[in-house]
Amino acid sequence: MKYRKPQLLQGNEACVEGALDAGVRFFAGYPITPSTEIAEGMARKLPRVGGVFIQMEDEIAGMAAVIGAAVGGKKSLTATSGPGFSLKQENIGYAAIAEIPCVIVNVQRFGPSTGIPTAPAQGEVMQARWGTHGDRPIIALSPSSVYETYYLTTAAVNFSQKFRTPVILLLDEVVGHMREKVSLPASGRLMVEKQNYSDIKEYKPFDERKLPPLVPFGEGVYYHITGLVHDEHGFPTRHPEVVVRFMERLHRKINHHRKEIIMTDYTGHVEPKVCIITYGCTVRSARAALQKAYLQKRWPVSLLNLQTLWPFPAEEVKRLADRCDYLLVPEMNMGQIVGEVEKYAHGKAEVLGINRYDGDMITPGQIFQHIEGCFS
Amino acid sequence: MVYRQEIMLTGAGGQGLILASIILADAAVQDDKNVVQTQSYGPEARGGESMAGVILDIDPIYYPRITSPTVLLSMNQQSFNKYIKRAGENCLVIVDSTFVEDVGNQPAYSYPITARTRLELEKEIVANIVALSIVNTMADLVSRQALQESVLKYTPEGSSDLNLQALELGRQLTHSYD
Repeated sequence: MKYRKPQLLQGNEACVEGALDAGVRFFAGYPITPSTEIAEGMARKLPRVGGVFIQMEDEIAGMAAVIGAAVGGKKSLTATSGPGFSLKQENIGYAAIAEIPCVIVNVQRFGPSTGIPTAPAQGEVMQARWGTHGDRPIIALSPSSVYETYYLTTAAVNFSQKFRTPVILLLDEVVGHMREKVSLPASGRLMVEKQNYSDIKEYKPFDERKLPPLVPFGEGVYYHITGLVHDEHGFPTRHPEVVVRFMERLHRKINHHRKEIIMTDYTGHVEPKVCIITYGCTVRSARAALQKAYLQKRWPVSLLNLQTLWPFPAEEVKRLADRCDYLLVPEMNMGQIVGEVEKYAHGKAEVLGINRYDGDMITPGQIFQHIEGCFS
Repeated sequence: MVYRQEIMLTGAGGQGLILASIILADAAVQDDKNVVQTQSYGPEARGGESMAGVILDIDPIYYPRITSPTVLLSMNQQSFNKYIKRAGENCLVIVDSTFVEDVGNQPAYSYPITARTRLELEKEIVANIVALSIVNTMADLVSRQALQESVLKYTPEGSSDLNLQALELGRQLTHSYD
C-alpha cells in the first residue's frame, strides 16, 4: 500500500481525514470540548469535496439531521462529547430500529454532566452499549493512537453502511487531542464499502434473509421508515411472529458477523502468564509497561488491545483466560470493561481491575506494579 | 544510546505555548523523528495554567505524558513553581525573567524574553516564537531549517517577517551567555 508523506496530525484531525476518505459527505453537530476540532475540520473540508456541514441548534438536532441525511443517501457522521452523547441517545435508538447507517464519535471527557471538560476519562463504555433504550446490538470501536483513529473511523463508516446500523467511535481526550507523526494511506487506496442499488425491483428495505442496502429516498423505491417495530416493508406491526423475526434479525446481523467486526491487536508473549486487556489511550500506558516487563525483564506478559469494544471480543478473552493466571484490566473509570472480562474469564483466570479516576492517564508504572505483583 | 527528549513548555493560557509546541513537533516530523505532542489546560481561553509537552524519540513513543522533562521552559512564576519540582538534575531550565523573578537555588537560564520582544519587535505576540527559538538553540532539538518552515506553516500569512525576526532574536539572546 502506498502512503502519504509523514505528517503531524491530531487524533481529532485524523478522524476527519478518515471520515472523508471513507466517503462521509455530511456532518451535523454541535461543537463541544474535546471534540470541537472534528466539527472545525469538517466545516473546513466538507464544502471542498461537495459535502455539507451544518451546525445545529443542539446535539439532539445534530443527530436527527445526520439520520435524515443518511436516508437521503449521504454517508453521515456527527461528533460530540459526554453531555452531548447523552442527548443523542434517543435518536441513536431511532437509527438502530430504522436501520439507518450513521457514525457517532464520542470523545470521552471526565463526567458525569459537565464534569471536567478538558480532562480525559473512559466513562462511556457502557453508555455506548446500553445508552439508548430497548434491546438492540451496537458496534463500538476505540482507537489508541492517531493512526488507529484514522483507520477505525473508516472502519466505522464501512460497518455502518454494510450492517445498516449506528456505529459509535469512542475516542478519549488524550487520543483526540494528541498529535503524532503519521503516514496515512494514499487517498483512495483504502477499502470503502460501496452500496449496490441495482436489485431494487423486489426491494424490501428490511428483508429478513439479507442485508439490503438502504436505497436513498427519491431513488424510485417507495418504502416506509418508522421507529415502530415493522415488517420487511417497513410498516408497523405487533404481530408476535413478525416481532420475533424482526428482533432476531436485528441481533443476527451483528452477531453473525462478529469475526469481521471484532478487531483486536495482540502483542507480547505467546504463552503468557499475565495479560493486560485494555483499550483507548490506556493501551499506550500498557505498551510502555509491557516493554519493561516483557522485553527488559523477559516475563511472560502480553497485551490485548480491544479496538472493537462492542460486540465484546468474548472468544479472545475466553482463550486468554484458559492460558493465563492473571488478566489485568486497566481503565480510566471505576470499572466497566472489567465486568465483561470477568464474565468471559469465568473464573479460569484471576481478573484484576486497575483504575484511575482523577482526570489523568493511568501511568505505565501503575500497570507495571500490578504485573510485578503477579510474579512475586 | 537512549535518545529521548521530553520538552515542557509552561506558562499562562494565551502566551502561545501550545502553538509553540505544535510548531516544534511539526519540525521534528520534518527531521524524521518520532514525536508526540500533548497539552493540558483549563476551560478558560486566556489566563489559567497552560502546559504543552513534546516528546522526541527515535524509538516508538507509547506513553504520551512527560515523565521527567529534559527541557523545561517557564513563562511565568506560577508555572515555574509548579513544574520545577518535576525537573531532574540534568534538566535544562529556561525562564522568561520578565515574569519569573524568583528561581530559588535552581540553576536556570534566564532571559527577558517578553520584555526584549516588546522592545525590539514592538509586538509581544511573538514572544512564544522567541522562546521556542531559545529552547531549540540551547537544546539542539530540531534543525534550524525545519523549525523555520514549521513556524511559517503555522503562523498567519502576512506575519512571516515578524516571525522570522522572532526566531533570529531568540538566537541572539542565547549569545548573551557566551
